[in-house]
Amino acid sequence: MESKQDLMLGPFLALDLTDEKGFLCGKILTDLGAEVIKIEKPGGDPSRQIGPFYKDISHPEKSLYWFAFNTGKKSITLDIEKSEGRNIFLEMAEKADFVIESFYPGYMEQLNLGYSTLSRINPRIIMTSISPFGQDGPYKNFKGPDLMVWALGGMLNICGDSDRAPVRISFPQSYMHAGAAAAASTLIAHYYRETTGEGQHVDVSAQQCVEWTTAEIAQIWEMNRLKVGRTGQLRVRPTTGAKLREIWPCKDGFISFRVMGGKAGAGFMKTLVEWMDCEGVGDDYLRQRKWEELDLGKVTQEEYDLAEKPIGQFFLAHTKAELCEEAARRRIQLLPVNTNEDILKDPHLSIRNFWRELEHPELGTTITYPGPFAKFSQASCGPWHRAPLIGEHNEEIYQKRLGLSREKLISLKQNGVI
Amino acid sequence: MREARRKEVVKQAFEGIKIAEFAWLAAGPFIIKYFSDHGATVIKIESSTRPDTLRQTPPFQENKPGINRSGWFAKYNTNKYGISLNLSHPKARPIVENLVRWADIVIESFTPGVIKRWNLGYEEMVKINPDIIMMSTSAQGQTGPRAQQPSYGVQLTSLAGFVHLTNWPDRGPAMVYGAYTDFIAPYFGTAALVAALDYRRRTGKGQYIDLSQYECAVHFLAPLILDYGVNQRVHHRMGNRSPYAAPHGVYRCLGEDSWCAIAVFTDEEWEAFCRVLSNPVWMKDQKFQTFSARKKNEDELDQSIEEWTKKLSAEEVMRWMQEAGVPAGVVRNNEGVYGDPQLNARQHFWKLEHPEMGLHSVESLPFKLSKTPSELKQAAPCLGQDNYYVYTEILGLSDEEFIQLSGEGVFN
Repeated sequence: MESKQDLMLGPFLALDLTDEKGFLCGKILTDLGAEVIKIEKPGGDPSRQIGPFYKDISHPEKSLYWFAFNTGKKSITLDIEKSEGRNIFLEMAEKADFVIESFYPGYMEQLNLGYSTLSRINPRIIMTSISPFGQDGPYKNFKGPDLMVWALGGMLNICGDSDRAPVRISFPQSYMHAGAAAAASTLIAHYYRETTGEGQHVDVSAQQCVEWTTAEIAQIWEMNRLKVGRTGQLRVRPTTGAKLREIWPCKDGFISFRVMGGKAGAGFMKTLVEWMDCEGVGDDYLRQRKWEELDLGKVTQEEYDLAEKPIGQFFLAHTKAELCEEAARRRIQLLPVNTNEDILKDPHLSIRNFWRELEHPELGTTITYPGPFAKFSQASCGPWHRAPLIGEHNEEIYQKRLGLSREKLISLKQNGVI
Repeated sequence: MREARRKEVVKQAFEGIKIAEFAWLAAGPFIIKYFSDHGATVIKIESSTRPDTLRQTPPFQENKPGINRSGWFAKYNTNKYGISLNLSHPKARPIVENLVRWADIVIESFTPGVIKRWNLGYEEMVKINPDIIMMSTSAQGQTGPRAQQPSYGVQLTSLAGFVHLTNWPDRGPAMVYGAYTDFIAPYFGTAALVAALDYRRRTGKGQYIDLSQYECAVHFLAPLILDYGVNQRVHHRMGNRSPYAAPHGVYRCLGEDSWCAIAVFTDEEWEAFCRVLSNPVWMKDQKFQTFSARKKNEDELDQSIEEWTKKLSAEEVMRWMQEAGVPAGVVRNNEGVYGDPQLNARQHFWKLEHPEMGLHSVESLPFKLSKTPSELKQAAPCLGQDNYYVYTEILGLSDEEFIQLSGEGVFN
């Protein structure tokens, strides 16, 4: 491995005060080479209680949730609500490049650790605040766990079946977006700082992130005055009302495919028809159809159903693996509805050398992690090593870096500061 | 002239950064929007035979289809110059080389392999501009058995595990609306490009970046990957349930397709929740007294809550709950987001004037930088709108050359 300085963000230090609302921000910075020190409450970050757990043992050092988003970080314990803790934090902030936090808006100011304080002692500092709705506005103090943000951001309403309540994605997503957007925006501020010397405060709203995931629906209302609802496995064309299938059942699960026309669709539709012919289940209508002329914006339900029926039967007669393997070979736009198991076993990802085995000596094992989020030709990208244990780097940071004496450390521990 | 309207009011983070965008649909152009909305000079290169596919995708202003009328295209391409260039014309080559020489960053989203066939792979780019940063953004990466398989957002969202996790346990998976993974990759793509810019600033070295939308998206489900690896547990859709809260659901309110989400995580929140409902008799039942009891009787709990919410407006439910300290949120539809007081206070939607579409709304990026906030100054370009300015002012062609090459169809 290249030395720390050779990494893209090698020279930079981030202090990470976030809970699960902001984990991904520091995770992305450390993957890019920054040193990220997670500051946990004495006893450990409460987010360590989030499951799933290693071997299903509920324990703060065994949260797979915590593991996944804190790889490569260091950990110290520090109570910034106590004045001694606050002073230590300020001493660290003086030399830090980034401070990331996801407390409720106003909390850091209450401790007199807001951006105005931090920038006074370190004008270069970038402080990034991640919150459900942003640092200002009428909802800034609203409680905003995933479901609320997903609802108010407009994504909840458009997922699920029309005859039931809207549904979210069963693994909470709002703060994945907020954390990752925080990494992007923090680095935008970083670029400005490195060219001008000036730091700033970055204020990320999870609700706004979620609104961005709703594709074009805001514009559909504004331009066409049409409401977009829930359509389950189908997509409804607003112009004709035709229901076109996106998710199809197959022998042992589901696959994702769209009957398409025009230049983009004609090629692979013909390939699919050939494939069906090869297997002796060809269909006259499909064979004669001029796919270039199929316009999904104009097709009637009756006409569309003529194609959907034989294709649907063909899919039902095959397994997910059969369909996906052959579709990949023939370059047909068809992909599986994967489970977490399928993803981990996907040969495409292993051939791309995506996974990383990180050692967990305390557990006597290695665990498979998602690997670099991008491939860089000049510098490596994490994950580098497993997430830290609670306060694992107290000695390294407090004694070696800040030069606190052993006695001082003991007294801080006794006072519950670390 | 367009240039005259580009008056700098505030300082911008990427002033002076130059980007050539050979990318279309959502993810690639969205990555570059992070730069163009923060002051970078971006040239988006299309051709009249192969314009950005999103230009042909509804919704269209006033429902009238047109290459310059897509509201979807409009939101990812703000603050960019638009030029048309016929890449297969022999005289296009020196112009492309000029663009590469001019740029700090080149981004492309062709099917993997295509750009190499045009002699514009990274190796070629480096010969033209040794410290260029080049990003290829694609569905599944530049290598691997499925690299060249085409796919759209819903399909990739299925591949990346999100569709399987969406819907009720007694139903098949439901589509995650739109192109979900297209909105995940841009955070990572932006972080990667800024890190590469900073690296180049320190070392003088450019580089090549291969961004796979699939791989970015897997990070958003990372704990489930670990859970299978360690515990062999396969995760399934579970409606709106959460292992950490009860109730945790979405409840019908007064009015057509009107809903409010409510969640109770702590005992304190449960007490507050009971107070908001004026402590009805059913709540005192043993079945609902503890978290584990509520979990066991969650179906019945949900029904009782809905009996209460369905007589009230979603706004009322949210306000009363939040005032009492209980998490609640109105389920906004695509009309409702425009009326959301919080989004409006944050100036989430901006109005921009466009030569064909007129005034239309586009979203601003989901964060505020205190000193260099993003600014939406310029609507997405019409196809080829900035040809004259870009080819003469930025790339230095004379008026005569511009007219000559135009006549020969190089800018088609």
